[in-house]
Amino acid sequence: GNWSRLAAQQALSQDQLLEFDTFGNVTLMHLTDIHAQLVPIYFREPSVNFGVGPNRGEVPHLTGAEFRRFYGIEDGSPSHYALTSGDFTALARAYGRMGGLDRIATVVNAIRADRPDALLLDGGDTWHGSYTCYHTAGQDMVNAMNGLRPDAMTFHWEFTLGQERVREIVEGLPFAALGQNIFDATWDEPAEHFKPYQFFERGGTKIAVIGQAFPYMPIANPGWMFPDYSFGIRDENMQAMVDEVRAQGAELVVCLSHNGFDVDKKMAGIVTGIDVILSGHTHDALPEPVLVGDTIIVASGSNGKFVSRVDLDVSDGRMMGFRHKLIPIFSDVIAPDPEMTALVQAQRAPFEAELKEVIGQTDTLLYRRGNFNGSWDDLICEALLSERDAEIALSPGVRWGPSLIPGQDITREDIWNVTELTYPEAYRTEMTGEYLKVVLEDVADNIFNPDPYYQQGGDMVRTGGLGYRIDISKPQGERISDMTLLKTGERIDPARAYVVTGWASVNEGTEGPPIWDVVESHIRKQGTVTVPDNTSVEVADR
Amino acid sequence: MASGVRPRVKVPSTASAGETVTIKTLISHQMESGQRKDSEGNTIPRSIINRFHVTFNDETVIDVKMEPAISTNPYFEFEAKVPESGTFQFTWYDDDGSVYEDSAEITVG
Amino acid sequence: LGAGAALVTVLPFRANAAIEDHVAEFTGGAEVAEGGVTLTAPEIAENGNTVPIEVAAEGASAIMVLAAGNPTPPVATFNFGPMAGAHRASTRIRLAGTQDIIAIAKLADGSFARASQEVKVTIGG
Ligand SMILES: [Mn+2]
Ligand SMILES: [Mn+2]
Repeated sequence: GNWSRLAAQQALSQDQLLEFDTFGNVTLMHLTDIHAQLVPIYFREPSVNFGVGPNRGEVPHLTGAEFRRFYGIEDGSPSHYALTSGDFTALARAYGRMGGLDRIATVVNAIRADRPDALLLDGGDTWHGSYTCYHTAGQDMVNAMNGLRPDAMTFHWEFTLGQERVREIVEGLPFAALGQNIFDATWDEPAEHFKPYQFFERGGTKIAVIGQAFPYMPIANPGWMFPDYSFGIRDENMQAMVDEVRAQGAELVVCLSHNGFDVDKKMAGIVTGIDVILSGHTHDALPEPVLVGDTIIVASGSNGKFVSRVDLDVSDGRMMGFRHKLIPIFSDVIAPDPEMTALVQAQRAPFEAELKEVIGQTDTLLYRRGNFNGSWDDLICEALLSERDAEIALSPGVRWGPSLIPGQDITREDIWNVTELTYPEAYRTEMTGEYLKVVLEDVADNIFNPDPYYQQGGDMVRTGGLGYRIDISKPQGERISDMTLLKTGERIDPARAYVVTGWASVNEGTEGPPIWDVVESHIRKQGTVTVPDNTSVEVADR
Repeated sequence: MASGVRPRVKVPSTASAGETVTIKTLISHQMESGQRKDSEGNTIPRSIINRFHVTFNDETVIDVKMEPAISTNPYFEFEAKVPESGTFQFTWYDDDGSVYEDSAEITVG
Repeated sequence: LGAGAALVTVLPFRANAAIEDHVAEFTGGAEVAEGGVTLTAPEIAENGNTVPIEVAAEGASAIMVLAAGNPTPPVATFNFGPMAGAHRASTRIRLAGTQDIIAIAKLADGSFARASQEVKVTIGG
């Protein structure tokens, strides 16, 4: 496509983005999975996002043109750019960056001008994912988010700051830290510091917000960083909490969740009495809520691209109706809020020189989202193979990390945006072919198990130097076949040991240079990076 | 005797007559399974707590036969009847012959 | 290595003859009915070294727990005395991999009941 930037910009205005016929008596604002993105970024949504079992072909597992058809989105429209993957580079040039906490502040303030007692709820994955977040142990995000005055929050990546740091921050939070499923691991009791729910009186209505933290924390992230805590879905306890708040007079029950969308759908079918689930973790952005029984599920994207507004009519102790809008944060259209601009700038100022340093350029669209690969991950795998001198590279299938469009500089900040975590060691080790298959099968089952309660919400581990075929409809142990060492074209020998490099191991004591140094060194040598199309994963025809 | 073994129990201090109370116990212990190998490849011999016995006023509440599959720092949660004021006695028996004990009073009022 | 070489497939361990021997030892060979005992365990273990389980069977005098896929399947036997408030107990166990956990209860009338649940142990991240 060939969209002129001016025409695109003229098609949009702040008033139009914020336009909303105020409805009912209660307003919820939902923001989730910001991953420490304080300033506007490009972020390409996935082109591959398979649903399995009951969720095959269901939202949020529609992508690209299929997604646009389902929601009646015109090709080339702002929604095309914000919500789907096709023609990304051209549309990014036309519509510009998205997000930025100062633009989000403008939106939040505008909604509060309309409905002063609107609730602002943060779904977590907030204190993670950038250079400044790492160097301040999350303090930059805490300071900036406090400026938005949220009413409650739940958690995932926050725990990778380590349990002492999390407790230290939570003790000082001017709002509720929620998680009905955050338990003390020693005595199996609700954990101190985290309340299951919080009541709010808004619009003459008694609202209970119940928190649901990421259930699989010690599996998907290093459990040794937060040994005092146990999580899990705990839907029986969720039901008990819903019954408890209803018994105490709650007229509206909201679940602030970091389950991931399919898990939330399943939970909504099991737990009765939740009116609204504000869903996070799987980074889906949906222009309409999904209904499961009497529960509406709202998905608000990631990386600061969207704020959801949900207006509700609650009367006679019941939710009678709702109106919803997923507000895209077009950074060139929404005016920054000056106070928040200053607050964000204050967090970044001490690191400005390091952040802005140009390491190289890219010729290729660098993105991450997709079930099997992303060009950013391909570049990271290349860097690992070359810098760590290995045959095979493994890179975790995380869903955070902004995109870069062709022709852009790659700064240090950009590299950290896609690599920052608190266990960054780029290990180098030997694994047998047999073990590599076990790893791939294990990860595949965490994504493609047909029962959502077994899904952890990430994407497939990315491989460098290794190709394979996957049949996602098969059971664990039978999905992966035709594993090939790309360098030689030979089949992987189960008995042979291969030199494998990777990063983000959940094992304590992993050694190696931090991944951001590995990637920076590689890009410096390249100057301008070009990432070829990835053809190493063959997805079996279903 | 295994070193650093420390029992901890959580028992309510009061109950009403005939009430059922929840008791939680934890004892710090390696629970060496007998299946691990040391750095030289030699099997580390089994050394576990093999029995946990709880009484209330000398009558058994629960008596657990424990195997190496019980995790490090064995944890138990169970329920006991409290017909009158009295004493819970907790006893852990180690493979090496050591016996660890703890007790807790409960008042029915 | 030839192109046709098969890779090892890892499947969950299932109850086998050895398990049945342990069961028979506990029941004295009596019949075991499905149901009448509750076994609660997570679908996915947060940590295979410490997996919380709970067993309960109304009026049971004893409940035995087996981990079918461990090198040695016995886990624990809970014997309930006259001061047991409810015939229920929780503990934390080690699982060597994804497998079935089995609970066999000796009920008040001397009959036996069985329940099982698969717990997935993942290598994670
Ligand atoms: Mn996230
Ligand atoms: Mn998450």
